[in-house]
Amino acid sequence: MIRSNSGSGPFCGGMFWRGVVLVFGLAAATGCGREEETEPVLRFMTDSVGRQLEITREMAAEFEEEHGVRVEFRIGPESATERLSQYLRSFSARSSDLDVYQIDVIWPGILAQHLEDLSGAVEAEDFFTPMIENNVVDGRLVAVPFYADAGLLYYRTDLLEKYGFDGPPGTWDELTEMALAIQQGEREEGNSSFWGYVFQGAAYEGLTCNALEWQAAEGGGAIVSSAGEVEVNTDGARRAFARAAAWLGQISPRGVTTYQEEEARTVFQSGNAAFMRNWPYAYQLGEAEDSPIRGLFSVARLPDGEAKSVSTLGGWGLAVSSYSRHPELAREFVAFLSTRAAQRERAVRGGYFATRPDVYGDTELEEVLPWYDEMQEVFENAVARPSSVTGRRYNEVSGIYYQAVHRIISGQAEPEAELSDAQQRIERIVR
Amino acid sequence: MGGQTGSPLARKQARLAWVFMAPTLVLLAAVGFWPLVQTVYLSFTETFTGSPEPPAWVGLANYTELLGERQFWRAMRNTVVFTVVSVSLEFVLGLCFALLVHTHFKGRGLMRAAMLIPWALPTVVAARMWGWMFNDVFGVVNDLLVGKLGILPEPVAWTATPGFAMASVILVDVWKTTPFVALLLLAGLQLISGELYEAAEVDGASAWQRFLTITLPLLKPAILVALIFRTLDALRVFDVIWVMTRGQAGTESAATYTYRSLIEYNRLGYGSALSVAIFFLIALFVIFYVYALRVDEEDRT
Amino acid sequence: MRTRHSPAVRVAFYVFLLVALVYTVFPFYWAVNTSLMSRGDLMSVPPVYFPTEPTVESYRNVMESRLFLLALRNSAIVAGGATLLALAAGSLAACALGRFRFRGRRWMLYLVLSMTMFPQIAIVGSLYSMVVRAGLYNTHLALILTYLLTILPFTVWVLSNFFKTLPKELEESAYVDGASPFQAFWRILLPLSAPGLVTTGLLAFITSWNEYLFALSFTQDEAARTVPVVVAEFRGITEFEIPWGEIMAGGVIATGPLILLVILFQRRIVSGLTAGAVKG
Repeated sequence: MIRSNSGSGPFCGGMFWRGVVLVFGLAAATGCGREEETEPVLRFMTDSVGRQLEITREMAAEFEEEHGVRVEFRIGPESATERLSQYLRSFSARSSDLDVYQIDVIWPGILAQHLEDLSGAVEAEDFFTPMIENNVVDGRLVAVPFYADAGLLYYRTDLLEKYGFDGPPGTWDELTEMALAIQQGEREEGNSSFWGYVFQGAAYEGLTCNALEWQAAEGGGAIVSSAGEVEVNTDGARRAFARAAAWLGQISPRGVTTYQEEEARTVFQSGNAAFMRNWPYAYQLGEAEDSPIRGLFSVARLPDGEAKSVSTLGGWGLAVSSYSRHPELAREFVAFLSTRAAQRERAVRGGYFATRPDVYGDTELEEVLPWYDEMQEVFENAVARPSSVTGRRYNEVSGIYYQAVHRIISGQAEPEAELSDAQQRIERIVR
Repeated sequence: MGGQTGSPLARKQARLAWVFMAPTLVLLAAVGFWPLVQTVYLSFTETFTGSPEPPAWVGLANYTELLGERQFWRAMRNTVVFTVVSVSLEFVLGLCFALLVHTHFKGRGLMRAAMLIPWALPTVVAARMWGWMFNDVFGVVNDLLVGKLGILPEPVAWTATPGFAMASVILVDVWKTTPFVALLLLAGLQLISGELYEAAEVDGASAWQRFLTITLPLLKPAILVALIFRTLDALRVFDVIWVMTRGQAGTESAATYTYRSLIEYNRLGYGSALSVAIFFLIALFVIFYVYALRVDEEDRT
Repeated sequence: MRTRHSPAVRVAFYVFLLVALVYTVFPFYWAVNTSLMSRGDLMSVPPVYFPTEPTVESYRNVMESRLFLLALRNSAIVAGGATLLALAAGSLAACALGRFRFRGRRWMLYLVLSMTMFPQIAIVGSLYSMVVRAGLYNTHLALILTYLLTILPFTVWVLSNFFKTLPKELEESAYVDGASPFQAFWRILLPLSAPGLVTTGLLAFITSWNEYLFALSFTQDEAARTVPVVVAEFRGITEFEIPWGEIMAGGVIATGPLILLVILFQRRIVSGLTAGAVKG
């Protein structure tokens, strides 16, 4: 490894030598390998940020002491796509550089063949059933649910009151009406950039989450059923997407088709939207001291369609690499982070949603987030994206799906034709 | 002239040429040869990133698939439009910038540094910032044009509206890479002897005539290099488009389409076939430039 | 071009200068503005053109990160190393291609160019396995060598153009004095091509300094992670949150050294053939 950091003189000599070595393919001989490890090192590729990272680090310190190991944290890129492709690259090379990976709920199918079976490490019954099912591929539990996310409806309590509404909308049609009424009122009062509803409408995975919620609420299926039936061109889906397309320019800014989480949050948190669909993370930021809407908003489950209210399940799991040099330790580390006590601590200190029912129903948690307990019901009714059934082709299925939805809501295509095309293309992949 | 191949010096040079070329060829071959071969090979197979099974040979299947995809042709067309428009603008603006900082005025040094800022700002930062600036509700572009200057009657969803979206990404690309062109041309201008201008001035040639008869022809080699390397990058444009529009609203480029297949969908075979297609598209442009500008003439007098 | 121009021309000149300046600098100003904003200002609609309560907190957060400081060092080593290597190898090749006559000269030019004609995402997978097999994963050398794929063809093309344009008489007198072709290259061509070398070097350095995909793929920690990757990894307090202040601060800090380089070297760009004729 190159350690010289002063000047380029000594560095250049080494560089040429190494160049020559590479050319003749003998580089492995030059001692580039890591120095001898005295105590075992677990490398944990995490996506945790801020508070959660802090908490997990503290827990890891405890684990280090108990087991005589060192746990090193790796952060990785912010973009989930880049993260996944980085994971795949390192798996393809059978790299043992990393032992424990934090993986998105949609990745078990894609990564399964590189991951250890964790069935023995934890008791599956301790966790929410939809989350465990999501992580079981070919009968193997390839990841333990780490924390959960689900879509929520954010609404402005002050504006609802101002315009005479008693509570959040019960159905999507009600949401449309309320949003329109509030938007008109606010614009007449001079805020020309006020909008009724913002969501994640850019052509990316987040739109798949939003659109799945819309169509599932109408009873329009879940893109691909667990039996492998493609459910894209359904009555419910067509109805749901036609309604969403009508929102554009009416209650949602036209630019919403480029919005991801943060664009939506910026519009809502700056006080320029009545409703927003987003993940739980936006709550704490909206309640921060310098937030213009502090104390003026609340959250509810998403509105009902003709069938029910549905949230898309998000969140992350912990997995152990098959190429790890310390698989046993890695499994123990995953189990250690998944106990009730560990999940409860992250919930109390960081507001993260536990993946175990036994953490819920705790008064201390109500102090952290008044609606923490209500999330249990949301999670039990959440819909998972069809990642286990589509396996490694999930991203392609989702890509076709969100691009079709994107064209429909941005008014570039009619639901009928676009969905029938998407249905056929996905059928070709799933089969 | 050294034109006679028989002279000892010329023979010596011909031999020495390969010695001089060696480091470059060895380095490029060592790093680039295997990936190129691999990409071409994979384009004839069906395989997925991270898959334990060996790639399955499928012959030309990937190529027939892409030639039959509407999306592929759309992406190719968008890429060509993007490239032609943005490279032309970059060339004209870059030439203006180069001529500008080539003249003498106070603060020229600072202007040279300022000119280079867009090129120096990391793309990961710049593309995101532009996406934010173009936001329809809270972006500064709409605020300037609608709120402050009153040029537009109402906010425009720049990156979401077909037409505007392409214009926006071109604007950002031009902003980002004009300095690259300008600097290359500025260096080219240094090679033109001042005596030529003085002589022309004595002959009574106007500034415009001097530009047409001296500057442009003598700048041709520098122009060719600037155009080729800008075109090379423009035909592979990815970051700006991906961050700002994710290839929607009529901005899908060949590279964003490739990224989708290769990185998002992990389809190594199909993605490699797309890369080979981009390779050939670039080759077409290079051939066009070389013939159109006729720069690489063997004999100079 | 030192003729006296009419007032109208001079006004037009300065107007163009101003517009050019605004177009290039305003977005950078916006990055600086954003980097100095408080979290409240960031969430302001319409946007604020000057931070209402400027804060350097973003800069403090960035500079307190050991990873970021090491990334600055890594970027300097990698970009510097790649640029020097590209100039060393590239100027030799350019001399052959620009000054010597030999069979296959044209093909060599296009062969060199063809190495940079694939999209980077297409070759990053194969490069990754090469890097790992060569034991170079997470080292500076991995990036230096792979960056050559982008900047070496560029260097060769620009410099060979430069060499080709220089008058033949220059080195002929050297040959008459009995100099070898290498001596002619080293003593005559290189010094005369200073503007080309500096320009190519600057552009190659900046390209390497800002490269993202390879740096992301071939490094994993402070031993070799470079600035763009570290900046892209900045996270907010919670999931999904984008820390705009820190990202912009990181971008501004990363741009600083480059601007400094340009200011240092810009005089060299105009010191070639015309050095005698025009005041630099």
